[in-house]
Amino acid sequence: MAEKTMLEAVHDAMFEEMKRDERVIVMGEDVGEGGVFRATEGFVAEFGPNRCVDTPLAEAAIVGVAIGASLNGILPIAEIQFADFSHPAFDQLVSEAARLYYRSNGTWNCPITVRMPYGAGIHGGPYHSQSVEAFYAHVPGLKVVCVATPHDAKGLLKSAVRDPNPVIVLEHKKAYRLYRQELPDEDYTIPIGVAELKREGSDISLITYGMMMHHSLKAAETVHEQDGVSVEVIDLRSVSPWDKARVLESVKKTGKALVVYEDNFTGGFGAEVAATIAQDGFDYLDGPVTRLASPDVPIAPFAGELEDFILPNPEKITTAIRKLASY
Amino acid sequence: MTAVKEAPAALKLSDEQLLEMYYKMLLARTLSIRQRLLQRMGKGAITYSGEGHEAAQVGTAFALRPGTDWLYTYYRDIGVVLTIGMTPAEVLTGFFATRDDVNSGGRNMPSHFSHKRLRIVSQGAPVATQCPQAVGTAWASKLRGLDEVAAVYFGDGATSTGDWHEAMNFASVHKAPVIFVCEFNQYAISVHYKKQMAVENVALRAQGYGMPGITVDGNDVLAVYEAMTDAVERARGGGGPSFIEAKTYRLVPHSSDDDDRRYRTKDEVESWSARDPLVRFARRLNEMGKLDERREKEIAERVASEVDEATELGEGGARPDPESALRPVFVEEKGS
Ligand SMILES: Cc1ncc(C[n+]2csc(CCOP(=O)(O)OP(=O)(O)O)c2C)c(N)n1
Repeated sequence: MAEKTMLEAVHDAMFEEMKRDERVIVMGEDVGEGGVFRATEGFVAEFGPNRCVDTPLAEAAIVGVAIGASLNGILPIAEIQFADFSHPAFDQLVSEAARLYYRSNGTWNCPITVRMPYGAGIHGGPYHSQSVEAFYAHVPGLKVVCVATPHDAKGLLKSAVRDPNPVIVLEHKKAYRLYRQELPDEDYTIPIGVAELKREGSDISLITYGMMMHHSLKAAETVHEQDGVSVEVIDLRSVSPWDKARVLESVKKTGKALVVYEDNFTGGFGAEVAATIAQDGFDYLDGPVTRLASPDVPIAPFAGELEDFILPNPEKITTAIRKLASY
Repeated sequence: MTAVKEAPAALKLSDEQLLEMYYKMLLARTLSIRQRLLQRMGKGAITYSGEGHEAAQVGTAFALRPGTDWLYTYYRDIGVVLTIGMTPAEVLTGFFATRDDVNSGGRNMPSHFSHKRLRIVSQGAPVATQCPQAVGTAWASKLRGLDEVAAVYFGDGATSTGDWHEAMNFASVHKAPVIFVCEFNQYAISVHYKKQMAVENVALRAQGYGMPGITVDGNDVLAVYEAMTDAVERARGGGGPSFIEAKTYRLVPHSSDDDDRRYRTKDEVESWSARDPLVRFARRLNEMGKLDERREKEIAERVASEVDEATELGEGGARPDPESALRPVFVEEKGS
């Protein structure tokens, strides 16, 4: 067992996959020098420039070339430097990678992994902070995971690389160096689409993912100590597919659901979770399915005061829990 | 424009190959016409035609190795896929969107070709998205030390897109063995090329990406074949990508939904009909003593009966099971 940050876990996952299978390559902007977050540190020395490839600054090409290479015996891990800059590649992801298998009636599949550091809270301003999971989770044919712990990052990234479908791995960049966690020395994967119970509780089900999971755990601790409210925290980890059964099972037990997400309120992925609970868990509910998210302004304004005001945090989550608990 | 004078000997094409080229061109023409007729009879929702592009399509595809080299075609490329080995029935089951349609099982629009064994990669509809993908496939061949090349096809309109630019640049930087084939028919639906670009020959741009670019008479199948052969050899030999601009003209509307009389004059269409690549090649073969009336008739009859047979097969093909619309979104099993 070794203690690793999430960034180190991401690094190790790719490194080990490249060791395991020589078809795996990484490609993206600045990856040759280790990448702006240093996730590919030392890769060129270990694997050479043909397996850790600096690409031109062209996101549509990064994804499009990865798609084409994946049809010809290569398993590319494409890095989009910041999720905000995946938009130029939207067409390749949504119209091409996602649809290839269906539109060819199952004759061509596209086993690419696309990594994107995402999320706010690092003073990244409006173009280094976005949450993009709702865009991609909306699209049949793409798998989307959101990771915010070292253990999950490593296990889910490995699953993504081994998955025969296109998988987008969203790594919350504020969690990259948040803390260290003991990771198994042996190879392990985490199945895509399986949520994890991060804290057991009986009064409220709090469903979340990404950085909000860490904030939610703090809030759950606070209300437990101060109010005696028992909150069950579920980390979705994957938003496409997502673990509906696990969520509904929890709501059945608690009767109340709070969905916390970092993205804008309107049309964020939490809206899908809330709608599912409202429709399929109606009989279990003792209160309104509640959402806490960022207001509908571009995420995130640069100045600390502005960014802090926008984003959900442990205090706001605590308030939301109290309100729902008293319902 | 460069035109090849006495090419056939230098190109090492046998009589048989020359006649095969002619046959494929006529097959593409006849099948395109058949699809338009069937569409008008209400037997299919839409069709795209390759009429007028046969020399550009057959001439380029003839230089590739079926099942070894990779193809990224677009909706106009009926002549490409037939040359590589798709059967008329495989094209028409796409038109009729049958259950057993090899292209997509009725999921994609007609003329969006796909054939795994022949390495014709399934196509989407957004113009030029196939360009970076073709570069990726070609680049993978290079990374794997294979001598397979990829050819990617598109129209003049596609050269205005970002994907096209990104693909050209990536291909050159990484010396990917890919051949970009622009079927320059002067219109993107109704938009004339002068509104698409401020240059007369888009091949001019190739130099700016660091690759050779050539403008050829796209209605001269042998000139096209020669340009493509050069490009393929360069790609296979490690020389990287090339760009071929084949000047041609689409003789019919963009699709069965289009009325080209709104944006093209009768005179213009007629002047290009007079340069019909099929008529031209037949005359050339005749002058060379390779195609007499009897041979021409034989080929025409063969094509007609193949197209009839394919129509029957396509029309009689099983309809997709409606519930199968739910599949296959994801590969369910592990490993690929
Ligand atoms: C990105 C995108 N924009 C618009 C369209 C609609 N559209 C389909 S074909 C076409 C014209 C394409 O012209 P060109 O590339 O010159 O090829 P041609 O049809 O002339 O062979 C347009 C605008 C599309 N399919 N994709």
